[in-house]
Amino acid sequence: MKVQHDIVIVGAGLAGMRAAIAAAEKSRELSIAVVSKTYPIRCHSVCAEGGTAAVLREDDSFDLHAWDTIKGSDFLADQDAVELFVREMPKEILRLNSWGCPWSRLEDGRIAQRPFGGHSVDRTVFAADRTGFHEVHTLYERMLMYPNIVRYDEYFLTSLVIEDNEVRGITAIELKTGDLILFEAKAVILATGGAGRLYGFTTYSHTVTGDGMAIAYRAGVPLKDMEFVQFHPTGLVPSGILMTEACRGEGGYLRNKLGERFMQKYAPERMELAPRDVVARAMYTEIREGRGFEGPYGPYIALDLTHLGEDRINERLPLIRDAAMKFAGVDPVEEPIPVRPVAHYTMGGVHTNINCETTVKGLYAAGEVACVSIHGANRLGSNSTAECLVFGRIAGEKAAEYALSKEFRHAPQEAYKAEEKRIFDEFLGKSGDESAYQIKKELNETMDKNLWIFRRAEGIKEAIRKIKELKERYRNVEIVDRERKFNTDLLTAFEVGFMLDLAEVVAIGALNRTESRGAHFREDYPKRDDVNWLKHTLAYYTPDGPKFDYIPVTITKWEPVERKY
Amino acid sequence: MGSEVTFRIKRFDGEKSYWQTFKVPVYRGMTVLEGLYYIKENYDGTLAFRASCRMSVCGSCAIKINGKPRLACETQILSLGSSNIDIEPLDNFKVIKDLITDFEGFFKKHEHVKPYIIRKDDNYENPTEILQTPEQLYAYYDFTLCIKCGACYSVCPAAAREDYLGPAAITAAYRFNADSRDGGSEIRYALVCGDNGVWRCHFAAECSEVCPKQIDPAKAVQKMRVKAALHTIKSIFGW
Repeated sequence: MKVQHDIVIVGAGLAGMRAAIAAAEKSRELSIAVVSKTYPIRCHSVCAEGGTAAVLREDDSFDLHAWDTIKGSDFLADQDAVELFVREMPKEILRLNSWGCPWSRLEDGRIAQRPFGGHSVDRTVFAADRTGFHEVHTLYERMLMYPNIVRYDEYFLTSLVIEDNEVRGITAIELKTGDLILFEAKAVILATGGAGRLYGFTTYSHTVTGDGMAIAYRAGVPLKDMEFVQFHPTGLVPSGILMTEACRGEGGYLRNKLGERFMQKYAPERMELAPRDVVARAMYTEIREGRGFEGPYGPYIALDLTHLGEDRINERLPLIRDAAMKFAGVDPVEEPIPVRPVAHYTMGGVHTNINCETTVKGLYAAGEVACVSIHGANRLGSNSTAECLVFGRIAGEKAAEYALSKEFRHAPQEAYKAEEKRIFDEFLGKSGDESAYQIKKELNETMDKNLWIFRRAEGIKEAIRKIKELKERYRNVEIVDRERKFNTDLLTAFEVGFMLDLAEVVAIGALNRTESRGAHFREDYPKRDDVNWLKHTLAYYTPDGPKFDYIPVTITKWEPVERKY
Repeated sequence: MGSEVTFRIKRFDGEKSYWQTFKVPVYRGMTVLEGLYYIKENYDGTLAFRASCRMSVCGSCAIKINGKPRLACETQILSLGSSNIDIEPLDNFKVIKDLITDFEGFFKKHEHVKPYIIRKDDNYENPTEILQTPEQLYAYYDFTLCIKCGACYSVCPAAAREDYLGPAAITAAYRFNADSRDGGSEIRYALVCGDNGVWRCHFAAECSEVCPKQIDPAKAVQKMRVKAALHTIKSIFGW
């Protein structure tokens, strides 16, 4: 089966939906498809809690937001992209406001802002502690106003169709029927999110398996800076559910088992509101040195909100209270929340320029799937939802301009036939003696052990060996479910394949980078090395594993300096 | 620790429906969703269910657990107080496979009530800061918390007939009508007072009882009824 649209957007989280709206605003004549693995409001963006950064008031400036972001990135961010990002952000907040987002408010009715890690002023706009949830619903609802946006909910991306280095469309499985659909398009925007489920202890939704990254990579598009994975300081023990940084933004403390606010030792000026890489390392150090609490699910640190009082917690952190009670049996009004650093964000992604363009003509990427890069080696809290809005919009506009200027060209029929054969003849109904679930479990274990907050060459090499072994075993994976209709077993098998490719890029990239920068900390190379490593990693797919190349960082006006908080 | 429960799951393969049982080892804090994953990963990869965030914000995993619609991700197995756990797909939705039901119609009904801000001065290019006091915010805020999980719809006696808009959609209409930034109330009253709308509600209020977000959709439906009645009278007399 075949459908045609001018623009096909894959992924319906914040970035994808913002892109759709931007393209529809550009021209009501364009036909825009939004293709997503889940219903749009089931996307992972709904899990964003704390807020979205934007310069709104007199006490702040674009330069200050840019500087905080660049320093937070440990100087690996491209400064031209950061400058564009901070300038475009305020309008996005106001747009969401006029589209119905229930922003939290000051008494006089203006939009409220709260403090966040690594930001010099109260810059984070929020909707209680459900910011991502409300932003997603707002964009979804707004999207319903445009008759030229067509949704394909619960369609699973299987490949990009590219000819002469130009995108011709995608193929995707309609889950309900199990049919493979060819989407022909002039432009394609990837907005499929990060790769967080590479890890076992993670804040990510089950569905975040790096599909778009892996498919782009296999199609020859390079991935950038994949070794940089963010560990959020406060994952709820044992589930890993995110306990927002806003807990600390609202005044919460981190304590070790001696009751000490240990951040005093690591970041005396910013304390609990230092950037995430700094806080996560500090917590892990406390635990390793025996000052963590002991619990039935391993050591933890106490996130103490008890001094904030019930009213404040109910008003500003209602989801946190509810989640802590439901998932850990702890009422934060009464007692501290058990937390531990947790895999949270993929700084790296599909290599794009400032216009969200990839190396393939007509193929764009935006949001967590992409690496522009504005986050460099460490993202600041509340800059990711912001990135989705700004770069989602840019991707939508650029793709619209491109599509308006371009004649339609059909996708080669052979591409569809080959994909149909690959999926239904060779993959579905395949016999074997390996389980995709077991492979995923072992992958998670090696990533949690060897590519966590503190990394060393020996551990990384062990992970690389393990990943290669798992890739070999994966060739023999069995798909138990033989039906086409809503085959979630088939999906898992695909997803595990994606994750193995991505894990290999993360691991080898991390082994190569013999320095410590932002979230990538090498105990055997504990210093940042600007002479050799002030550069972005690019990984290219080959059948024998990734080939690496490096490109310079764009510096406009902020020279790298020592990073202290 | 160390105990075991029996999951009895109502399966559907596209043609026939049948029950299947699985023994699942449980630990303190383990959720029904984790139990389903345990079964899928260890016993039967063909078992189909939806899940994503596992923290009760995405709305994917509402199913019937021991007869009551709940989110699988936030339901602890031990809290059910039984060693037999019956799992079924939601009622009032067509089953596609096992626990996966067809939500297309449900989302269409939501879309039908125009659940977005309607303003004459909508300015995409140069938006201004529209003020809203905390008091104005709280007038509608609770109704923004709907995750569209379908629990309310699945127990609604009126929704057993397919064309009724249902509690979630009418709640969405109410949410926007109560928002100080919106100017589309009259349009929405017209949309919810047709014969597939508010008059079909039986006041069973089961929707409010099962809502995992404690939103009280029954209250929203009632409020919309009063307003919609006024709207109808006004339009008859041309006021």
